[in-house]
Amino acid sequence: MARYLLRRLGLAVITLWILSMIVFFAGQVLPGDPGRAVLGPFASASAVRAYDHQIGVDRPLVVQYLAWIGGMLHGSMGTSYAYRSPVGPFILAAIGNSAKLAILALVIIIPLGIAGGVLAALYYGRAADRSISLLGLAASTVPEFVSGIVVIILFGIALKVLPITAATPPGSSFLTQLDHLILPVIPLVLVLFGYIARMARAGTIEALDSDYARTATLKGLRKGVVIRRHVLRNALLPTITVIATQTGYLIGGLVVVETLFNYQGIGRLILTAANGKDFPMLEAGVLTIGVVYMVATLIADVLYTLLNPRLRSEAAG
Amino acid sequence: MTQIAAAPGEVAIGHAIAGPTPPWRLLLRRPGFLIGTGVLAFWVICAIFGGLIAPYDPLAQHLLAKNAAPSSAHLFGTDPLGRDVLSRVIAGARDILLISPLATAIGTVLGTVLGLVMGYFGGLVDTMLGRIVEAVLALPVVIVAFLFIVAVGPSSITLIVVIGFVFTPLIARTVRTAVIVEGQQDYLASARLLGERPGYILFAEILPNVLPVVVVEFTVRLGYAIFAVATLSFLGFGVQQPTPDWGGDIAANYGLLGAGYWWETLFPALAIASLVMALNLVTDAIEQVISA
Repeated sequence: MARYLLRRLGLAVITLWILSMIVFFAGQVLPGDPGRAVLGPFASASAVRAYDHQIGVDRPLVVQYLAWIGGMLHGSMGTSYAYRSPVGPFILAAIGNSAKLAILALVIIIPLGIAGGVLAALYYGRAADRSISLLGLAASTVPEFVSGIVVIILFGIALKVLPITAATPPGSSFLTQLDHLILPVIPLVLVLFGYIARMARAGTIEALDSDYARTATLKGLRKGVVIRRHVLRNALLPTITVIATQTGYLIGGLVVVETLFNYQGIGRLILTAANGKDFPMLEAGVLTIGVVYMVATLIADVLYTLLNPRLRSEAAG
Repeated sequence: MTQIAAAPGEVAIGHAIAGPTPPWRLLLRRPGFLIGTGVLAFWVICAIFGGLIAPYDPLAQHLLAKNAAPSSAHLFGTDPLGRDVLSRVIAGARDILLISPLATAIGTVLGTVLGLVMGYFGGLVDTMLGRIVEAVLALPVVIVAFLFIVAVGPSSITLIVVIGFVFTPLIARTVRTAVIVEGQQDYLASARLLGERPGYILFAEILPNVLPVVVVEFTVRLGYAIFAVATLSFLGFGVQQPTPDWGGDIAANYGLLGAGYWWETLFPALAIASLVMALNLVTDAIEQVISA
């Protein structure tokens, strides 16, 4: 088990390292230089050169990369071109806001998706199954900003029951914040529902078809007990993994939803940084997202191994 | 009825030759497929003949009639520059329907080649490429895409290349798995024994056998491509204003929702929704027929 964990961790670190290079070098292909972007078109060439020298972008790329990644490892994420202050606090605050939105979304999606998938599996091949599967598929392919616009118009403008921005004045109560997050959460839920329902459905169908489910039925257990005790336990295992891998999609969705609902999260921070060519902010933000995703998949893998006795012994061997 | 009575022998022979009902006939029996194709056909016609169908010039501004609510003159109302929303929705079909398939095609071709190489050679090549693929996949598609778009600047060409590039590892992963399964077949062992060159084995022997996987992958990815193109346009990285574009028009006008001008964003939003749902109905029907 310990060996498996170490190997898994090692792979995650290597992937993260490659990711850091991709992120860094993607940020270097830019036409024009940061000094020009920050100081504007009317600044003199010497001022731009001085600024570039001051922030260190006139050094060789490899040196810049090493300095950047070294800083990251020491917890210093660089200095924003736009704000001329350390990137760290901005990222932290934004991650906190995004986490609120993401957690609320997950709290709604996980039970809903699992319930939908299990229900579809129990009515396998019938109208209920077809409609849940097709609706889930359709919902997961509609971009978040499209369903976002529809819910804003429906609940915010036509019915006037919910606020249409996610931003709340500082110091708002938990309930006020929640009220502002309901509309933004709906597009995220819609996109992820289909994936989770599909996994839960596939897992349940497989478990319903298994020998142990048949044995349980044959020994006279009631259907409800068979499903609860035998089928669901086995069916939900793969679903756990998929929920973690969906974190990536969730974060992608956050960029859009935070923009549409004017919410100060990591997605909007990255978008603003991208538009302003604020590369330290952009790189730190994207790398943070990569780390969050890596950690989520790692936890899912470990959880999956711990919960599955067969894999547990294989991993130990 | 009379046909069967007249030539029973012919029917029996015809059946023996044709075998089971051809797949496209099975498709035509599915209402989902018909509805989906109908809607797709509608948007394709709009994309090609948009200028002829649209009631107004999608770029023409009428500053005296700005933000006008839907009426008989402007069925979908007008935007903040007084442009006809219906005309912009019709003309807006063009870019998304041009960019998405091209991007998917690039991703499919590159991904197939990469997947063939990774699956066939295995070993170090596979491990190294696999790490890079996973690193790219560790980020949401949208974020990878805009990392690149920020670096090169937004345009339709950038969008095509970037989405094609982002799809490459995803498609490569699927093709790689199919190639590994295929690699255990006897015909490959004999090809190798005959001393055929790897290039020939890859493209003339393995590729035709993994082609169904590639085709399904293309149709599924097309849906994601539309998702990505629309999203990136909304974020300001796609087709630039004043060119009519669904995502771009929504981005330009959603700030006015608070003022109650819902028609400027609702109709382009519904256009995107109808396009992706139609594509899904078609993909779903094709998958059902293939797996049946």
